[in-house]
Amino acid sequence: MRALFFPGCTLLIAGLLLAGTARVAHADTDCLSCHGDAGMQDASGRSIAVNSGRFHSSIHGSLKCTDCHTSIHGYPHPDHPAPVQCSSCHADEAAGVGGSVHAKASSNPCIGCHGDPHTIVARTDPNSTVYPLNIPKACGSCHGNEAMAKKYGLPNVYALYLDSIHGFALGKEGLLVAANCTSCHGSHKILSHKDPQSPTYRANIPGTCGSCHVGINEQYQKGIHGKAVAAGNPHAPVCTDCHTAHAIAEPTSADFRMQSTPICGSCHRDKFTTYRDTFHSQLGLLGGYTETARCWDCHEAHDVLPASDPRSSVAKANLVRTCGRCHAGANASFVQYQPHANARNRKLNPALYYIRLFMNLLLTSVLTFFLLHTVLWLVRSRFQQVKGKSAGGKHA
Amino acid sequence: MPEPSPAVPAQESTEPLMGPAPPPETKERYFLRFTLAQRYLHGVLFATFLGLAATGLPLRFSGTVWAIRFAKAVGGFGAILFFHKFCALILTLAFLIHLREIIARGLFKGEKGIFWGPTSMVANWKDVRDLFAHFRWFLGLGPKPEFERYAYWEKFDYWAVFWGMVVIGFSGYAMWFAPFFARFLPGWALNAALVIHSEEGLLAILFIFSIHFVNTHLRPDSFPMDMVIFTGRESEEEFRQRRPKEYFRMLSEGRSAMRITDAPPLWLINFSRVVGFTAILIGLALLVLTLSAYVAG
Repeated sequence: MRALFFPGCTLLIAGLLLAGTARVAHADTDCLSCHGDAGMQDASGRSIAVNSGRFHSSIHGSLKCTDCHTSIHGYPHPDHPAPVQCSSCHADEAAGVGGSVHAKASSNPCIGCHGDPHTIVARTDPNSTVYPLNIPKACGSCHGNEAMAKKYGLPNVYALYLDSIHGFALGKEGLLVAANCTSCHGSHKILSHKDPQSPTYRANIPGTCGSCHVGINEQYQKGIHGKAVAAGNPHAPVCTDCHTAHAIAEPTSADFRMQSTPICGSCHRDKFTTYRDTFHSQLGLLGGYTETARCWDCHEAHDVLPASDPRSSVAKANLVRTCGRCHAGANASFVQYQPHANARNRKLNPALYYIRLFMNLLLTSVLTFFLLHTVLWLVRSRFQQVKGKSAGGKHA
Repeated sequence: MPEPSPAVPAQESTEPLMGPAPPPETKERYFLRFTLAQRYLHGVLFATFLGLAATGLPLRFSGTVWAIRFAKAVGGFGAILFFHKFCALILTLAFLIHLREIIARGLFKGEKGIFWGPTSMVANWKDVRDLFAHFRWFLGLGPKPEFERYAYWEKFDYWAVFWGMVVIGFSGYAMWFAPFFARFLPGWALNAALVIHSEEGLLAILFIFSIHFVNTHLRPDSFPMDMVIFTGRESEEEFRQRRPKEYFRMLSEGRSAMRITDAPPLWLINFSRVVGFTAILIGLALLVLTLSAYVAG
């Protein structure tokens, strides 16, 4: 026998036996005779109390204290027993954490997410800290911490996530299938997005998002962007380039429609400039009017194809249908409108170039002539007026 | 400064008499320059023009802070576009009414002086001579030209607005009803429509809010505002000063009595001041915003 007996313990065991609730008498009852006292603290004032009830209903409740606290063999025990090694049972998970970005996070990274090991419940239990609906809060306890985010150069992602479409679905709607942190980052072996093994590594993102968004990913893989990524082009956009990683907005929302055109424009600069010259953009920029065409309204969002591809929404044969989505009555002549016309480019758009040139010449010549006319007139009139006044003064 | 020509001293002696308002005791005669209908036309014209400019500029410079704030304040672009189209319809209506009057008077009633002659808006050789003479007078090289009913810069204002309404109106309606106009026009004409619409609109805004304001209202002889477009009346003294050719022609034709009218009532003067200054201030504010947007790039 490793434990020592006290008279009080005997009574307790007897009581449990009498009540008929007892199982095989555990040695932990001996530990709990001290640690069951809710006010028990160690020399540094840290609580070392264990709630017997919660412990026994926890997932570890069938274990003996000494199964984990292996360095304790009897009483009195050392003031500082050896730290518990979760890895002795959870070897795979511990190995994962050991190779993850959290390896050096704290002395015991397990507790950081799973909480007090004496109260851990199954992750399918809504009380679990790693129950899907609770995961953002668990991660957010560090990743929603401004100071911590600053210290490790991380974006303060918790707030962004909460306001995102995923955060809304999970937190507000209680959708278990909505993406939580671990859906994209994994749980134990969380790797930096720079690691090619990471599900958040650039080239892996379509697959990661596609594990839920299967249909969208299929479209994306058919599109020019998906093909480029698959071919190893590091510049081609993946999901997060347009949707962002954490602050993902509802794609039909005004916010998203306002923010994403410049994102396409950050690569397609010339198209963005010419788009900015058009009525579509002028209306769109003003806000509150989100219906005007943004890039993907014409080019599609996921299966973007070049105009030379007959399946493309902007292929010549499909333009009447594409423009007709907004412009009822669009016909073959209407779709000759150039949504990316460049009035500054004589070679590409000669007619438009000369019209703009004419209008500019008209504007500058009329204004220049009349500016001169008006200034001379003003000066002359004032001169005349002053002269007239002084003359009038003399006569008076 | 060259020696002033003989006509100038005559001008000088009369200039100090041109005070802003003659003392009420003097029984001065007043002449009607603009009919009530013409004054209403100008009223509708400048009210809708201010509306079109105020709603068109945020579109043209839609990236600027003031444009976005304005759009937010009035309820988004939907509201701006609605107001823009509303003003456009009213102005179109006014334009058509004016056109109808011109055609009725000129063609059907055979009224002389609508299409040609001293009272016509159509330019003639005297306007060209007046333009050069006016420049000579600016430089002190000659006498001030004597103007007829409409001086050359007033005719320019008229035709600039006329041409502007046709061009801006047509390009605007082409964009408004793009699929319909695309039945007759090639698609690239819709690209051209926006370029033309915005450039011509800018020209109109810059011209009206700087050149027209100064020429007609803010120059020393009229400062701070020429009220005749609001009251319709001007004193005999002003009339003779500003348009001596018309004044003496009317006297010689014996038609001066036809246009003699009473002095503008005080309420009309005050009303005109409020409306006129409001319009000028709004116009100048829009001019500043336009120029600032140009400077900002």
